[in-house]
Amino acid sequence: MTENIRSFPGTPLSEQDFEEGKILFNYDELNGKFSWDTGIAIGSYLAGLKNGVILGSRCSTCRKTVVPPRTVCEWCFRPMQEYVPLHDTGTVNTFSLCYVTWDMKRLTDPQIPAVIEIDGASPLHGIMHLLKEVDPQKVHIGMRVKAVWKSAEERTGAITDIQYFKPVKEV
Amino acid sequence: MNERVAIVGIGWSGYRSKSADLSYKELIYESAVKAYADAGVDPRKDIQSFVTVAEDFHEGTSIFDEYTPDQLGAALKPVHTITGDGLHGLATAYMLVKTGQFDIVAVEGHSKASNILTLPEVTAYAQDPILNRPLRFNTHFVAGLEMNRFLFETGTTQEQCAAVVQKNRRNALNNPKAPYGADLTLEDILSGPVLSWPLGKRDSAEHSDGAIVMVLASESTARHLNDKPIWILGMGWCNDSPSLESREWGELPYIQKAAQIAYRQAGFRNPQGIIDFAEIDDTYSYKELQSLEALGFCLPGEAGILTEDGATEVDGELPVNASGGSLGMGHMIDATGLARALEVVLQLRGEAGLYQLEDVNVGLAQSWRGIPTTSGAVAVLAN
Repeated sequence: MTENIRSFPGTPLSEQDFEEGKILFNYDELNGKFSWDTGIAIGSYLAGLKNGVILGSRCSTCRKTVVPPRTVCEWCFRPMQEYVPLHDTGTVNTFSLCYVTWDMKRLTDPQIPAVIEIDGASPLHGIMHLLKEVDPQKVHIGMRVKAVWKSAEERTGAITDIQYFKPVKEV
Repeated sequence: MNERVAIVGIGWSGYRSKSADLSYKELIYESAVKAYADAGVDPRKDIQSFVTVAEDFHEGTSIFDEYTPDQLGAALKPVHTITGDGLHGLATAYMLVKTGQFDIVAVEGHSKASNILTLPEVTAYAQDPILNRPLRFNTHFVAGLEMNRFLFETGTTQEQCAAVVQKNRRNALNNPKAPYGADLTLEDILSGPVLSWPLGKRDSAEHSDGAIVMVLASESTARHLNDKPIWILGMGWCNDSPSLESREWGELPYIQKAAQIAYRQAGFRNPQGIIDFAEIDDTYSYKELQSLEALGFCLPGEAGILTEDGATEVDGELPVNASGGSLGMGHMIDATGLARALEVVLQLRGEAGLYQLEDVNVGLAQSWRGIPTTSGAVAVLAN
């Protein structure tokens, strides 16, 4: 390492330099507002959640049942027109322990995102949601979980109509 | 490798000012099903590569290309997204077939313009963030500047620009796909609200939602698939430098260059007498005139006169935007160029219905990527 690198030559920037206008910069903010038409499949899914039901769709050709429902089967490209109510229980396919929030705040108790394979759907088809009422040290792949719903009055037709999934006693 | 390339399947969904009943995936799926049935192909077995056209800021989703495979039947297949106009996508699909590595390729473009709640501000975000955006003009000011200089340099009049609006929106009355058909007088158009003088609100295309899918194939494959292949004779595209401060406002050198590239591939230099009809950019009325001149159909200053004389009407010497163009069908953001190409294909197949042109064999599609860009593309197609 040379002497120059060790002594960090150059002029350091400080917050004050920006405030005093010694450093020129440009600030702008995008006003980008979007809505997303949910359409037939996701619209039906959200309507189902409002009624406290998880809907999937079934492909009559390759016999897969997927959740959330879709209008087309991605494997055989046939239309998926049969909507089926699924259970609100499932099995943890994978999970993670998040010790930092979405806006980068440290957490002592982790948030637990998980992919839950929903009972009634084909293997590997599930819902991306979160786990609560569980000891982070005891969460495991293959754990059986159940949805905790908002009350009927509070539900709006959104993925957050399910508050979280919690473990069910394995009998 | 030197095989010709044909468009063997087309499908569309739309076009309408809103499409609240379908998600963008479902719009695309509708178009894809039609295009694949038209071509007689199964996307899971037959199509080897897929090209989509989308811009993240138009979708409201970063890395939007990740959301395109399933509705196209493209899962676990080569897929890539072009952030350009639909004709850039068509050019990419064309090149994929030309490589000799893929016999059948699909290209997709769509618009959910109605879902972009702050579209003018998103469009304004295409301006230079340091030099232009802080001035905070309405995003159409770029078109106002361009139109003013174009009128100044060529002697074209606002009345001649209004004649483009009148023609295209009347043409749209015969096109069931076009939501903006209207029978307007020149006075109706000229007396409309001003957007960015000399540009009036009625000089500017409204937006529409919709999706378009096309299937391309190599010559040997196309002959098996379809009895009405439409051949791509030439494709060119070109970008000028983006500066608003030092651009050629009166002419469109990037369209001139794109056209020369496409014409050279097709084996001619002058389109007059070879191209039977054209579907070209009319995002703003004056753009149709400016593009006609850049494409070499006439000299600078002549396009307005020819339009007033009826030369670009459906029964004229060179029908232009017989479909209604973007003024009549709605501007479909990234899919606009594909919408123009689709209309050329319909005409060359003889499937344009009420607005079918007689005896057409060679057609031209041209697109512009919209303000504030200086990029565009040209395709020459034949039956």
